Amino acid sequence: MAGKTLFDKIWDAHVVDEIKDGPSVLYIDKHLIHEVTSPQAFAGIEKRGLKVFRPQNTVATPDHNIPTVDQHLEIKDQLSRFQVNKLTENCNRHGITLYGLSHPFQGIVHVIGPELGITQPGMTMVCGDSHTSTHGAFGSVAFGIGTSEVEMVLATQCILQPKPKKMRVNVEGELSKGVSAKDVILYIISKMSASGGTGYFIEYAGSAIRSLSMEGRMTVCNMSIESGARGGLIAPDETTFEYIKGREFAPKGSDYDEAVKKWKKLKTDDDAVFDAELNFDAADIEPMITYGTNPGMGVKISSHIPEESKIEKSELLSYQKSLKYMGFAAGEKMVGKAVDYVFVGSCTNGRIEDLRVVADFVKGKKKADNITAWIVPGSKQVEKQANEEGITQILEEAGFKLRQPGCSACLAMNDDKIPEGKLAVATSNRNFEGRQGPGSRTMLASPLTAAAIAVTGTIIDPKTLL
Amino acid sequence: MPSEKFTYIESTAVPLNIENVDTDQIIPARFLKATTREGFGENLFRDWRYDRNNQPKADFVLNDNKYKGTILVAGKNFGSGSSREHAAWAVHDYGFKVVVSSFFADIFKNNALNNGVLPVQVSAEFLDLIFGEIEKNNKTIVIVDLEKQEIILKESGKKENFEINSYKKECLLNGYDDIDYLLNLKDKIAAFEESK
Repeated sequence: MAGKTLFDKIWDAHVVDEIKDGPSVLYIDKHLIHEVTSPQAFAGIEKRGLKVFRPQNTVATPDHNIPTVDQHLEIKDQLSRFQVNKLTENCNRHGITLYGLSHPFQGIVHVIGPELGITQPGMTMVCGDSHTSTHGAFGSVAFGIGTSEVEMVLATQCILQPKPKKMRVNVEGELSKGVSAKDVILYIISKMSASGGTGYFIEYAGSAIRSLSMEGRMTVCNMSIESGARGGLIAPDETTFEYIKGREFAPKGSDYDEAVKKWKKLKTDDDAVFDAELNFDAADIEPMITYGTNPGMGVKISSHIPEESKIEKSELLSYQKSLKYMGFAAGEKMVGKAVDYVFVGSCTNGRIEDLRVVADFVKGKKKADNITAWIVPGSKQVEKQANEEGITQILEEAGFKLRQPGCSACLAMNDDKIPEGKLAVATSNRNFEGRQGPGSRTMLASPLTAAAIAVTGTIIDPKTLL
Repeated sequence: MPSEKFTYIESTAVPLNIENVDTDQIIPARFLKATTREGFGENLFRDWRYDRNNQPKADFVLNDNKYKGTILVAGKNFGSGSSREHAAWAVHDYGFKVVVSSFFADIFKNNALNNGVLPVQVSAEFLDLIFGEIEKNNKTIVIVDLEKQEIILKESGKKENFEINSYKKECLLNGYDDIDYLLNLKDKIAAFEESK
C-alpha cells in the first residue's frame, strides 16, 4: 500500500464518521471566529435551543469591520458597532474567549492564532474566512468555511466536509535577493491560475519553501485560496518548533518536548502519491506584481502585461474585462506606472517581519509626494513590537503613519477605502474589482516592492534599488 | 438552516456570461454588516447593477427586462474568493434556486448547497450551448431535475447529466439539514474526543 501524505494523516486522524458517497464528519481542534461571519451562526444554534458544544475550542476577535484609528473610542459606524457588540454578547453568553478591541491580544484572526501559539502542527482548524489556510504553515489542516459550517462547529465541534484531492507544489533552489515569500506565492498562482487549485489541498515543499521563515510560510499558505485551493500546508520542522516555543498558549517544559516528538512525525511518506504535482525553479522567481482583477493575473515587475495572443481562449473575455477595469493596455510594461496609494497590512503581509522590511527600506528616505501610504499592523502584539523596535519612528520620519490593527483596506469594510479610480499597490491578497472600495484599482505585491513604490511613486522593480 | 425541499425546476434563465465571478462582485464587503441572513438580495452584484448614484445600470443583465427566472447561468469559476456565505444568501434572497456554470469555487458550492441553492456544474460545451440558446431566444426554458440529475433545454431537448453526492442530494430532496445530522452523532463525537 502506498504511503500517506501529511494532509491524509491529519485529516484521517480527525474523521469521526464517514457518510457513504458523501462527506466526512471531521472533528475540529480549533475554531476561530470574528464579528462578520459568526452572528447568524449563533442565532442559528440559539433558535434550536442549543449551547456551544465545546466553548473552550473556539477563540474570538473582531478584525474585519473595525476602524484603524481611535480604537479606544466607541465605533462610529452604527452597523459595525452593532456587529462588534453582537460578537461580545455572543461570546459572553456562551463562555467563549474573546480578545476584544481593547485587549493586548486583539488582531487579525490569522495573525493572532500563530503569534499566541494557538496554531499548532497536526491540528484541524477552521474559521469563517477563506484565509484560514494561513495556519497550514504549521503543518495543520486549516481552511475557510461558510456561516452554516460555523454553526455546525459551534453546535457539534464537527463539520461535514468532502475530502479534497491532494496536490504538491515543489519549489527547489535558492531565492534571489529581493524575492520574498509573497513573490513565491504570486508566481505560483500566476502559473496555476485563479482556479487551478480548485478541489485540491496543497502541500508546499522543496528547499525554497524550507528556507522561508514561519512568517514567510504563512504568507505562502495564506494565498492558497487564491488559486482556488481550499488550503495549503507545509510540513513542520525546526523552524516551526522554534517559532512556537514559549508562546502564550504553546505547550511548556516537558509538554513541549513531548509535543515536538509528535510533531516531528508529521510529514508525507516518501512513497505517498499526490493527485497532482507541480515543480518550480526558485531561480525563475522575481519580484511579482498583478496587473488584472484576480490574483492569478501576475507578472514579473520587470516584464510586460501579456499580449492578447498569449492568453488562452477561455480566459480571453476575463482578461479583456480586467484590463478595461484597470485602465491598462495589452503588452504594456509595468515599470513606470504612477501609483496613488500603498497599503501594507492584512493577514497576508501584516506581520512584524513585513513591517521590518518596509522600515529597513524606507529608513532615511521619504515617501513620494503622490503617494498616500497606510501601514496597518496585523495585531496589537505586532503594533507593540513595531514601537519597541523603533519601526514606528522610522516610518513616521519617512512620512508614513502606522495605523491600528485590523483587516482595514484589504477588504474596505471600514473607512479605509481606496477612492474610485485610484491605483493602489497592496500587500494584501485580492485585487478583485472594487475590493478596496468601489472603483478602486489594486495591484498585489510584496512589502519590499510596496516600500520601493512608496518612495519612488511609480512602479519599480525593487531589485534595481538593492 | 433547514431549507425548503428542492426537486424540480422549470424556468427561463438569466445569462451572466462572465468568468471568475468572485464573491466581492456577488456581494461587496461593505454590505456584510448585517447580523441576519435576510435582505442581501437587493445588493446582489451591487457594483455591476447600480452606478455610484444608485441608479440601475442599463447594460447589466439583472436590469434587463428581457431576462427573468430562477436559474442563473454564469461563466467558468463562479463564486471564487471569500468564504462569505452572504454570497449564497444574496443569490437565494434575490430568488435564484439554481446556478449553472462550468466550474464552481469550493466554498461557494458548499455554501449554496447549505442554503437550498443548487450549483449545477455542466461541461464547457453545454454551457456555451445554453448561452447560445438564451441569446437566440430569451424565453428559452431550462429544466433542472435533481432526482434524475439532469439539466434539459426544453425547446431543443438537449440535455446533460450533472454530479452531486448522494448525501447532499437526499438533503436537498427532503429539506434536511447538516446540523440535524451532526446533532444525532453527539455521542459518537464525545467518544471520539475521549479516544484522542
